[in-house]
Amino acid sequence: MTETPVTGAASQAGKGLLYQGADWNFHIIRDCYAAIEEIAEKELGLNVFPNRIEVITSEQMLDVYTTNGMPVSYSHWSYGKRFAGHENAYRRGLMGLAYEVVINSNPCISYLMEENSATMQALVIAHAAFGHNHFFKNNRLFQEWTDPSQILNYLEFARGYISRCEETHGLEAVERILDAAHALQGQGVNRHSGSRRIDLKGEQERARERRAWEDRSFNDLWRTLPPVNEPEIEPDGAKSAIRRQFGLPEENILYFLEKHAPRLAPWEREIIRIVRLIAQYFYPQPQLKLMNEGCATWVHDRIMTRLHELGRIDDAAYMETIHSTTNVITQFGYDQGSTSFNPYALGFAMMKDIARICTDPTDEDRRWSPDIAGNNDPLGTLRHAWAEYRDESFVLQFLSPRVMRDFRMFRLLDDTRDPYLLVDAIHDEAGYRDIRRTVAASYDPSAWYAEIEVVDVDTYGDRTLRLEHRTRQGQLLAENDMKLTLKGLADLWGYRVILQEIDAPSGRLLASHEAIAHN
Amino acid sequence: MDIIDRRSNPHGKNIENRRRALERARDAVQKAVREAVASGKLREAGQGNAVSIPADALHEPGFHRIFSTGERHIVLSGNHQFSRGDRLRRPPAGEGGGGGGSGQASDEGGGEDSYRFLLSRDEFLDLFFGDLELPDLVKREIAATETTAPSRAGLSNDGSPSQLDMGRTMRYSMARRIGLGRPKPEELKEIEARITELEETRPLSDANAEELEALRERRGALRQRLNRIPWVDPVDLRYRRFAPTPKPSTRAVMFCIMDVSGSMTERMKDLAKQFFLLLHVFLEKRYKTLDVVFIRHAETAEEVDEETFFTDPRTGGTVVSTALAEMLRVQRARYPVQQWNIYVAQASDGDNSPSDTPRTAELLEQEILPLVQYYAYIEVMGSGAVIRGDTDLWRVYREISERQSHLAIRQVSDRKEIFPVFRELFARRTTEQAGRV
Repeated sequence: MTETPVTGAASQAGKGLLYQGADWNFHIIRDCYAAIEEIAEKELGLNVFPNRIEVITSEQMLDVYTTNGMPVSYSHWSYGKRFAGHENAYRRGLMGLAYEVVINSNPCISYLMEENSATMQALVIAHAAFGHNHFFKNNRLFQEWTDPSQILNYLEFARGYISRCEETHGLEAVERILDAAHALQGQGVNRHSGSRRIDLKGEQERARERRAWEDRSFNDLWRTLPPVNEPEIEPDGAKSAIRRQFGLPEENILYFLEKHAPRLAPWEREIIRIVRLIAQYFYPQPQLKLMNEGCATWVHDRIMTRLHELGRIDDAAYMETIHSTTNVITQFGYDQGSTSFNPYALGFAMMKDIARICTDPTDEDRRWSPDIAGNNDPLGTLRHAWAEYRDESFVLQFLSPRVMRDFRMFRLLDDTRDPYLLVDAIHDEAGYRDIRRTVAASYDPSAWYAEIEVVDVDTYGDRTLRLEHRTRQGQLLAENDMKLTLKGLADLWGYRVILQEIDAPSGRLLASHEAIAHN
Repeated sequence: MDIIDRRSNPHGKNIENRRRALERARDAVQKAVREAVASGKLREAGQGNAVSIPADALHEPGFHRIFSTGERHIVLSGNHQFSRGDRLRRPPAGEGGGGGGSGQASDEGGGEDSYRFLLSRDEFLDLFFGDLELPDLVKREIAATETTAPSRAGLSNDGSPSQLDMGRTMRYSMARRIGLGRPKPEELKEIEARITELEETRPLSDANAEELEALRERRGALRQRLNRIPWVDPVDLRYRRFAPTPKPSTRAVMFCIMDVSGSMTERMKDLAKQFFLLLHVFLEKRYKTLDVVFIRHAETAEEVDEETFFTDPRTGGTVVSTALAEMLRVQRARYPVQQWNIYVAQASDGDNSPSDTPRTAELLEQEILPLVQYYAYIEVMGSGAVIRGDTDLWRVYREISERQSHLAIRQVSDRKEIFPVFRELFARRTTEQAGRV
C-alpha cells in the first residue's frame, strides 16, 4: 500500500487525500462534505434540501432515538420508557448505536456520532446528507404527506402547547388524552380519500384562533338534530343525513374525534390534532423504508467508491467502508432466524440490480424489464424510481429474478387448517411471479394497518359510536390491545363505543366489542 | 451546509420523560426495588441500582391485527433445500413462521420482556421506603421554634444586589423620570446634530446665528437636567425581602440495641445488623434531624459509634438489662423526655441469663415504656429455634406487649423476612394510635 504525503493545502485544493487514519476534526468534515457534494450533485445528479450536520454524543443519540429523530418533542412517559429501553440495551452491549440518524426536514438534519471514525463520518454524510436527503426531497409520497420545512417549528409549537395545557389542566388530564390518542395513532390518517399535505405553519397560527372561536361558539352538533318525536322522517333519510353531517364512514378516527366528540374541551381537541398531525408526518416512512435505505446505501457505496477512485480516500478507509457496508446489508436466511427481509440488504441489492439491468442486461432481464434493460441510463432510471414509487410498487415493478435467486427466496403457504407449511413457490421460472407478488404485498400498508372506520353515530339514542373493522383474511385484532385502545377511544368520545369486526368479503359479523366512557 | 457541534448541549433531555415513566410504573418499580433489597445486597442498596420491571406495566396499546386462522403467504430467504411442493412441519408456538416482513410479528408486543431502570440513591430509597414512617411522632410543638427558614415577605428599600427586583425598580425609575421630566437622550442628540450642522455652515445668516444661540442654551439646560436626574436613583431601588419564618421541626432519637453475646451466631448477628442497617438507612433518608444512639451489649453494655456497631466483632455472655440501663442513662443525660420523641429498636436472640430476665422486664415495663413512643423488638432465631420453642425474653416481652400496645415484637429467622418485618413495624399507622400521648 502506498501512502501519498498530504498537506492541508493539498486537500484544500481538492486534490489528494482528504484525511488519513481514524481521527476527524471539523476541517476534515468540511473537506469531505465538499468532495462528496461534488460527486453527489455533478455525477449522480442528486437534488437535496440544504444540509445541516450536527455532531452529537452517544447519550444524545439515545435521546434522538427516543423521539424518532425529532430534536424536540413534548413530554410523555412513553418516551421515558423508550429511552430506558434503548439506554439499557446500549449499556449492556446488546445494541450498537446507529452511526447516523437523519430526519426529513428542511434544512435536512443529519446527526453524526462523535465516536465515529473519519471514514464513518464521510460515509454517513454520503448516506444521510445526500442519499436519504435526496429521497426525502424527491419521493412523491414524502412530498404529498409531509411538510419538511415546517415540521421543526410545529414540534416546537406542540411542545409548548402541551406543556401549557399541563400547567393549566394538570398532568393527569393531559396524559389521559395523549395516551388515548397515541393508541389511535395508526388510525390518524386518511389513507383512502387521499393525502392532504398540511400547512404546519398556518396550523400553529390558526390553532389559537380556532380554539378561541370554538370556545365562543356553541357546538350545535346535537341541537340541529330533528326532534325525536317526529316519526314521519323515514329512517333512511335520517341515516344519510347523519352520515353526511359526520362525514361517515370516516377512517381517520382521530380526525373524527377531534371534530365531533361531543364532550371534549377545545384544548383536548387541539392535543388530539397534534398527535394526528405528527402521526401523519411519520406515515410515509414505513412504506418507504426499503427504498429509502436502498437508495441511501447505494448512494454512499457509489460515492465512497468514487472517492477512492479519485484518490481522495486511502485503501484503509475504503476497506473500512466496505466492511461497514457489508455489515449493514447482511441478510440472514430463514434458518438463521430471519423472518423478514433486511431493508438495507434487499433495497441495496435491488438498486444495484437496476443499475446493472440498465447497463449490462442479460436476455432474462430483457424479457422481464424490457423498458429499462440496456437503456444505459442507470442514474436516470434510479432517480425516477426513487421519486415515483413506494416499496410495494417498487418491488412489484423492479424485483428481478436475479435478485430473487441471489436471496434464494421461497414462498410458504401457511394454512392453519393444515398441520404443515407448504412450499408453493421457489426461485425458479415458475415461482418468480408468485414470490414477487407476495413480497410486494407484504410492503402494502394495508397489510399492516387495521382497516377501521367510524360507521355510525346513534344521535337519537345514547350517542353510541359504532366502528367497523373490515378484517383481512380472518385476521382479528389482538384482543388485549384492542380492549385498552377501545377504552381510550370511549373516554375521548365520552359515550359508549361499539367495535364490530366484519369479514370483508362476506360481510359476516365475526366479533363485537364495546366499551363505555370512564367518566 | 452548516455543521453544528451539539456535544456540549445540555444533557438529560429525557429526565422528565423518564421520571414520568417511573411514576406511571410506580407500583411495579416499587415491587422490583423491594425484591432487590430482599435478595440481599442491602449495603449497596443505597448506592443506586438497576431494577427491572415487567414490560406490561408500561404497555402502549393500539389496534393490531393478528393472524389466527386462514391462509397466508410468507416469503423467506436462504432456501438451499426446498423444492415446490415440499412440506415443512409447522414450527412450534407459531412464532417461527414470522410475519413475512410485514412487521406484524413484533407488533404483537410479545417481544419486549422487561424494562430496566437505573435508579439514583434517592429514587431508590424513596421507592423502597414508600409509605413507612416513625409512629406517633407527637411531640412536635416542643421544638417548634428551633429552626427558621427564610421566606418571601414583600419588598424593601435595601438589600443585597442579588435580591434586586429589576421589574419594580425600573417601574419606579420610569415613574420618577416621567414625573421629573427627564429629557430624552434622543432629544439632546437631535439638538447636538443641528448645532454641528449650523456650526459648519459658513457664512452664518442672522436667523441661523440666533437659532444656534438658542440651541446652545437649550443644550446646556438639557445636559444639566440629564445630569441632575439620574436614570436610576437609589430611591427607585426595590429589593426582595426575606423574613425568617419559624419552621416546626421534630426531634426524635432512636436507640438501637443489639445483642452481640456468644450465643448469637455469626448468621444471627448478620441478620440483626441487616435489620439495623435498614433502620439506619430509613431514618437517614426520612428524618434529617434525628439522633441515633447505638448500644451493644453482651454481659455489659456500652454506647458505641455507628462504625463499631456494624463492624466490630465483640462477644461475651448475656445480660440484657445492662443494655436497657445504659439506654436509660443516655436518655436521662441527653434526651429529656419532654422534648424528644424516643424510639427503641432492640435485636436479640432471646437468650438471657435467667436471673436477669425479671429485672429486664421490670426495667422495660416500669421505666422505659412510659418514656418511649414506640419500642420494636425483633428476635433473631437460629436454625434450630423452631424446636426450641419460645425463649425467655420472648415470653416476657410478649406478656408485656399484650398490656402495652406500643411494644411490638417480631421474630426473624431468615434474611428474606427482614424487610416484611421491617415494614410491619414501621408501616404508616392509621389514626387509631395517634391520639395516645
